[in-house]
Amino acid sequence: MTPQIAPDDILSVQNISKRFDVSEPFLNRLIERRPRRILTAVNDISFDVPRGKTFAVVGESGCGKSTVARLLMGLHAPSAGAIRFEGTDITHLPPGNPPALRRRMQMIFQDPYASLNPRWRVRDIIGEPLKNFGICKTRADVTREVEKLLSQVGLNPADAKKFPHEFSGGQRQRLSIARALTTRPELLICDEPTSALDVSVQSQILNLMKDLQDEFNMSYIFISHDLAVVWYMADVLAVMYLGKIVEVGPKEQIFENPQHPYTRLLMETVPKLTVGGTERTPVAGEVPNPISPPPGCAFHPRCPLANDICRGAAPELNLRSGGQKSACHAADEGRLPPWLRLAAE
Amino acid sequence: MSNFVPMLYSVWDSDISYSFRKSRVAVISALVLLAMFLTAIFAPSIAPQNPFDIAELDLFDSELPPFWAEGGNTAYLLGTDTQARDVLSSIMHGMRISLLVGFASVILAAVMGVTLGLLGGFLGGIVDAVLMRIADVLLSFPPILVALLINGVLRGALPSSAQAESALIVLILSIGLTNWVQYARTVRGSTMVERRKEYIEAARTLGTGKVAIMMKHILPNVLGPVLVIATINLGMAVLTEATLSFLGVGMPPTQPSLGTLIQIGNEFLFSGIWWVVVFPAAALAILVLAVNLLGDWLRDALNPKLR
Repeated sequence: MTPQIAPDDILSVQNISKRFDVSEPFLNRLIERRPRRILTAVNDISFDVPRGKTFAVVGESGCGKSTVARLLMGLHAPSAGAIRFEGTDITHLPPGNPPALRRRMQMIFQDPYASLNPRWRVRDIIGEPLKNFGICKTRADVTREVEKLLSQVGLNPADAKKFPHEFSGGQRQRLSIARALTTRPELLICDEPTSALDVSVQSQILNLMKDLQDEFNMSYIFISHDLAVVWYMADVLAVMYLGKIVEVGPKEQIFENPQHPYTRLLMETVPKLTVGGTERTPVAGEVPNPISPPPGCAFHPRCPLANDICRGAAPELNLRSGGQKSACHAADEGRLPPWLRLAAE
Repeated sequence: MSNFVPMLYSVWDSDISYSFRKSRVAVISALVLLAMFLTAIFAPSIAPQNPFDIAELDLFDSELPPFWAEGGNTAYLLGTDTQARDVLSSIMHGMRISLLVGFASVILAAVMGVTLGLLGGFLGGIVDAVLMRIADVLLSFPPILVALLINGVLRGALPSSAQAESALIVLILSIGLTNWVQYARTVRGSTMVERRKEYIEAARTLGTGKVAIMMKHILPNVLGPVLVIATINLGMAVLTEATLSFLGVGMPPTQPSLGTLIQIGNEFLFSGIWWVVVFPAAALAILVLAVNLLGDWLRDALNPKLR
């Protein structure tokens, strides 16, 4: 169970789930005698985001990372559970409402080519929240604020007149960041902000985000599938698999001594240039279909340590000696072999 | 005002403008259309005769052939009809009505179609289902039949005394209410694509309301194809009006459109007075052809895949 909300946590998520009804239309189901199909994107997860820190979420595509971000922002309504922002219940509040509260949390989206309206000028894109949240009253105020934000994210204030298509991917992501910064948020939710960018540009954006975090004392929820990026950004790390958090704890602990076979599998996939000719366990299998997840531990079909208990009952998130929590029967029973790989350097 | 010249230059320098200047068909169609619009707008002042002013008509001049034929008179360049009305002047005035009906019905259809398409695509669910089933029903009949039906219902609802004056409005309504479906379907499709994009989600998290999202975010992004459909539909609307008038349910003979002129002339076709029907028909054909060619060019010019 999640402990009581500590005062130094900015966001607390308790047992939220999101189920999507992906059934075919009623008539098709009736005629073809198909059952309803429910996709469980997020399955009963809890976590706390410490203030001023970066809480990173990693996992493969389709594990529910982005759904978590959308639940937090109110873009999806959770099917169960509660979300508290500084003690205020925001579980069922619509996005952008109430303004006084929602302006304190903002989001950066994954695709810098889709997250900016192609028909709007930069001035209007960044000015939108300024007007919506009543931060700037006059046109001149908006222009001044937009130009200030543009220089804060490393763009030219004269870019305010341009359209999004006149920018590169990295510059567009800077625009996205500038837009999120308009309300001076305390919590920034970043949904794979660098996954659509070139590696060289990624590091620029990540450095910018780190600098801004220090400057404005923001807390980040950083969603990614890239362990190198997560290693650089995270303070606390959660590993998701098929809608569940399988391991969560301080970043160093998880990288140095992962206590879940899935985390280990993820670590194995990071190529190491320094160690030559190490033997790698090939990644077995695919992520199962979240519409009909396997019984017991969702990871058991791919897990080398799976036994009958794993196939029968879902494991609980239990505290390990290193300080992280992981949901694994093998770790509970002490069957988890010692971790031999070195931490990512 | 200071940036008017650079703005003018950027319009001249744009892709569309370049494509327009390169396309001889587009330039010629545009010129023909421009000439026809000007004729229609200024018809009362430039037409040689007011064909609806009985004082100007001289029955001795009735049934005159065009000026180049034997017995023709240069005062009546394209001849006169059985009432001694100058065919050229009638065409000029008729074009006025035809273009008025065409434009008004296209605007009506576009506004209605864009609004309904936007609502259906954005709200989805029951609103969308109802709108699209209505659209399906309308699409399953030939448009002229639907226009006839709406026309009949509207006329039936009006007292007979008001029918002549309201003929114009009835025509615009019946053609507009027939043609909105195309706009609605196109806009609905693009709206459904746009509303799933991240910039809409971003706008929602930034506190932009639903109406503002529809009007300010989605609308500008779905309007491109509407312009093309509207251009092509203008030709269709003029033609539908002509057909309805030809069938006798459009403009009355006291306010003839091109279609009415063709209908009137049609009665005399076999008595050898061919000019009364051929010239309005030719004017109609040229008008619709020019609009369609311009619409075709616009469709290709705005299609990034064909650039």
